[in-house]
Amino acid sequence: MSDVTRAEVCAVACADLFAGAGEILASPMGLMPSLGARLARLTSEPDLLLSDGEAFLLDPESTVEGWLPYRRVFAVVAHGRRHVVMGANQIDRFGNQNISCIGDHARPSRQLLGFRGAPGNTINHRTSYWVPRHSPRVFVERVDVVSGVGYDHAVGPFHDVHRVVTNLAVLDFRTPDRSMRLVSVHPGVEVSEVLAQTSFPLEHNDFGETRLPTDEELELLRTVLDPAGRRDKEVPS
Amino acid sequence: MRDKRMTADEVVAELADGMTVGIGGWGSRRKPMALVNAILRSSLTDLTIVSYGGPDVGLLCAADKVRKLVYGFVSLDTIPYDPWFRRARETGSIEVLELDEGMFQCGLRAAGHRLPFLPIRAGLGSDVLRLNPELRLVRSPYDGEELVAMPALHLDAALVHLNRADRHGNAQYLGPDPYFDDLFCLAAQRRFVSCERIVETHELTADAPVQTLLLNRMMVDGVVEAPGGAGFTSCAPDYGRDEGMQREYAEAAGDLSKWPTFYEGYLR
Repeated sequence: MSDVTRAEVCAVACADLFAGAGEILASPMGLMPSLGARLARLTSEPDLLLSDGEAFLLDPESTVEGWLPYRRVFAVVAHGRRHVVMGANQIDRFGNQNISCIGDHARPSRQLLGFRGAPGNTINHRTSYWVPRHSPRVFVERVDVVSGVGYDHAVGPFHDVHRVVTNLAVLDFRTPDRSMRLVSVHPGVEVSEVLAQTSFPLEHNDFGETRLPTDEELELLRTVLDPAGRRDKEVPS
Repeated sequence: MRDKRMTADEVVAELADGMTVGIGGWGSRRKPMALVNAILRSSLTDLTIVSYGGPDVGLLCAADKVRKLVYGFVSLDTIPYDPWFRRARETGSIEVLELDEGMFQCGLRAAGHRLPFLPIRAGLGSDVLRLNPELRLVRSPYDGEELVAMPALHLDAALVHLNRADRHGNAQYLGPDPYFDDLFCLAAQRRFVSCERIVETHELTADAPVQTLLLNRMMVDGVVEAPGGAGFTSCAPDYGRDEGMQREYAEAAGDLSKWPTFYEGYLR
């Protein structure tokens, strides 16, 4: 298949977040992480568990296979068999994430959602982030509020910030000081653009190109998971 | 067995200025809006509201009822942000204790178990602790691990909305998620449940499994029959969220010139 869109590259990069995950709960927040998780389950990670965003675990045929109200989500968070992909209003070079507010918390210039489950997620199990518009306003030198815990604040035995996927690139924290580094740029993206859209210095010594979807993945995305093409509204080509 | 039926206004008459009031449901789901609306119509003021916040929080902020808010988030679900909550925060008009949502549950559990705190990892490393220095750490006596000592969230009153109840206070949820309504009741001194319909006790389990009986009568002081009493939030399976009404609310909340007309119509 041809004419692969940027959105499809992003969906596959989100699917690859779950590589090797096995039988755990995938908790994707938002469209692209959801497409990624469902794509992973239909291909490389058939054992993943996924919820309907309410209180049911659904198998790929949408058959109810379990009950997961919020209180049991919290139990899974504490138990740790979970990989959450959250959004980020701000994220910094050590992977601290802010979804609470912009400005001084005592009187913010812009109130956002609040801490939600970000502190508990990041301290308990693997966490990744999806950023649909990679920009200096999101990739900041220092977040205004630490909601999700980054590597310079990490404590306890289970902290594990895995990767950040954006509309431009894939990033991780596998550097000696656990600061962010470039893993791959999406096809058609110049590294200079990624660096220009990031407020902090980004290690980019050894990066590749994000892989293209396989024919099977494209088929699944286009005909099964997102036939209406909502992915292209989130990430225009 | 006692008959605990009362009206929403009678519930509010049992509350007092300055109380800490827990509100059940989650976001824009199964919120006890009939009871919240009765607060809006009352002269009550200076409340500390404890809520997995939705439009309950926005409306109480709009009516200037809130001195302090304890929350993990405030959201309308299909509309990410509640405009009145944002305004209250951005004008600095309310005091806040913003928590991780798991810490929030932990605090309710501690209160329900009559414990001063329960340990939890959530919060460590995050600004929840920096912003709320009253939250303390505790060291495990077994292996030395440092954990957050989440203090009990004691409530003077809890307000929750369920699908069915009997007149004695046994109450039932028929939707997919109990949320945390039982924990709110266990954490509170006075517990009030509104419901879509009051039925005879035997009817509760006529068509539904016994596991749907979330509250028993020793957890409840008053029962209010309030059909549609969660609207415009959802109350599955009795009704879904009234998205049109929620949009109207959010638009009016975001534009103060539209608010008085909306609010007058809303409370009528």
